[in-house]
Amino acid sequence: MYIYDEYDHAILKQRVAQFRDQTERYLEGSLSEQQFLPLRLQNGLYVQRLAPMLRINVPYGMLNTTQLRRLARIARDYDKGYCHVSTRQNIQYNWPALEQVPDILHELAEVEMHGTQSSGNCIRNITSDQFAGIAPDEIVDPRPYCEIIRQWSSFHPEFAFLPRKFKIAISGSESDRAAIAVHDIGLQLVKNDAGEIGFKVLVGGGLGRTPVIGSVIREFLPEAHILTYLEAILRVYNLHGRRDNKYKARIKILVRAMKPEVFAEEVEKEWAHLKDAPSTLRAEDITRAKGFFTEPAYEALDDSAAQTQLDNEKADNIAFSKWLERNVRAHRVPGYAAVTLSLKPTGIAPGDITDTQLETIAELADQYSFSEVRTTHEQNIVLADVKKSELFALWQAAKSAGFATPNIGTLTDIICCPGGDFCSLANAKSIPIAEAIQRQFSDLDYVYDLGELDLNISGCMNACGHHHVGHIGVLGVDKKGEEFYQVMLGGNAGNNASLAKVLGPAFDAEQMPAVVQNVVNVYLENRTEEELFIDTYNRIGISPFKERVYAKAS
Amino acid sequence: MQKLVKDGVIIENQWHIMPKPEADQSAEVPAGPTIVPLGVWLEQQDALQQRDDIGVWLDSDELAEQIGAQANKLPLIAVNFPGFMDGRAFSIARLLRERFGFTGELRAIGDFMRDQLCYLSRCGVNAFQFASDDVDLEQAKKSLDDFTEFYQAGVDQPLPLFRRRTA
Repeated sequence: MYIYDEYDHAILKQRVAQFRDQTERYLEGSLSEQQFLPLRLQNGLYVQRLAPMLRINVPYGMLNTTQLRRLARIARDYDKGYCHVSTRQNIQYNWPALEQVPDILHELAEVEMHGTQSSGNCIRNITSDQFAGIAPDEIVDPRPYCEIIRQWSSFHPEFAFLPRKFKIAISGSESDRAAIAVHDIGLQLVKNDAGEIGFKVLVGGGLGRTPVIGSVIREFLPEAHILTYLEAILRVYNLHGRRDNKYKARIKILVRAMKPEVFAEEVEKEWAHLKDAPSTLRAEDITRAKGFFTEPAYEALDDSAAQTQLDNEKADNIAFSKWLERNVRAHRVPGYAAVTLSLKPTGIAPGDITDTQLETIAELADQYSFSEVRTTHEQNIVLADVKKSELFALWQAAKSAGFATPNIGTLTDIICCPGGDFCSLANAKSIPIAEAIQRQFSDLDYVYDLGELDLNISGCMNACGHHHVGHIGVLGVDKKGEEFYQVMLGGNAGNNASLAKVLGPAFDAEQMPAVVQNVVNVYLENRTEEELFIDTYNRIGISPFKERVYAKAS
Repeated sequence: MQKLVKDGVIIENQWHIMPKPEADQSAEVPAGPTIVPLGVWLEQQDALQQRDDIGVWLDSDELAEQIGAQANKLPLIAVNFPGFMDGRAFSIARLLRERFGFTGELRAIGDFMRDQLCYLSRCGVNAFQFASDDVDLEQAKKSLDDFTEFYQAGVDQPLPLFRRRTA
């Protein structure tokens, strides 16, 4: 993974000093609340319902075990002993004291981490595929480009006061696991007929109160030009994006108002001036970035021997075999596999993790996976490089630590925002809904049989829980001070991205487990042998679900 | 007389900022060094070009292109912040410097804040006239040096860090 040099350290040190000074000026009263607001946000600090919330970037989801242990220590020393993996692969602390935030940022800087631009109207943390570098379907490893763009966007002087927040995601594989179609900019790495690397550029996607699938504005942008082209997009947005209404300020509104073709023309016009500027990447610049994402020291392993051993272990142990099926993925290197540790056992807020659990994961990563982990936008943690021959041992260790719930990609692997329990923006609680649904579907065999089914919950229309792209989406709404839940069906975050449709009138919290059960029943009664939930939904449409749910609920 | 920060030094302001005239008001430009609104300058360009003490200020919804190639005939251009959250001035400043080659005084006016000085200066702004007299300029100008190293290219440093790292 990327390693800081003296430049990176110097810049980050100055950032921490800058924020310490700003915090002191705020506390002594010479910096107003209003002026401090964008400054603290751009260091990750929100003031929330119960306490501040501090969001720490995990650039494209990569963490080493030194960083994990530091995150654990911070959770213990400055918080209530736990933190939260967010739906953008970041880490959030829920209870830090404002006065101590500069100290926390100092501790983070020591391990090459920060909260810079994790919030506010600026370019946010770049997100990517949690299986980057190891996925068998990968075209190009996206991480070197993520890092190049991370550096370009960090402390960018021109784009720190955009009309609204700005999110970039990059996918380098055939199957899109980074949800690039619902980002302000989505970049798909591709190779052209000559084998040259470039990007397909999508712009104007997003969730929130106006969900939109991004439009392709360029089919092939040669890799050398990525930074100048991004600069052109951002400049058009910075100058022309709406600033009169924060709900219409995202780039998706501008792209839609201008029409994507016209927006693309504006970008090309701006880019004509910037193209071939010194920010154009030379071959050696890309090579240098790639040098940080080399393979770990894989051993030459006999894949078939490892597989035979695994098959035997599987035959003896049905629980292990289920875990293998759901939580373990193929790896492009023979004899290795990628393991997802589930942070979604029933009864725990999805994505929450304690200090000791973080340390346990660090130990597992040191022992089994080259001392690195990845956070996922589904709020789990991946050990990316595990020997197949050690999967059984890892499973046992993960099981006793509580990370082996075999539910990855299933109904109970719920994506869920912190909701009304923590967030001041939320209209309704989300965590108790997730828990009630997990309890309704506590039979693992049953959940397992349902197969891949994304259930996403947001506590308000800001959509941090990505409810529009859940196969089943749940949105918390407030009606005259009471919390209700709107259910939607048919969303999809990956390739063939689609937005979910609203099923009908909202439900109260108590009804939700039964509503989801009814939806699942309609699927079970209608599915053909190969169909996943989303396939059946696409074939039979929303009506059968609607009829069932409202027949019984009324 | 009000003071401002220019090229890192606190100096006395010599320029009067003329507000935008109301619809029914005359747009008479006073004598003495005056920064006129873009609209006034566009309307009275022929007359104003005879004077060497006229600058132009751009509001955040106006574009650098509206001055364009004329920029270098002006001794001073100002970019206005209607509010400090309105970041259009950053792009406008950069375009004036990098696209239209403006080399005169580029001044931030209006409701910007001290903590934006470093980024503004990277975008080519070299003078800072705070709206409020309460700002301690000695303290404020320290923020010009919040960062001394940068990842990206800017008006101050046309080479991004990745090109200097490997040099």
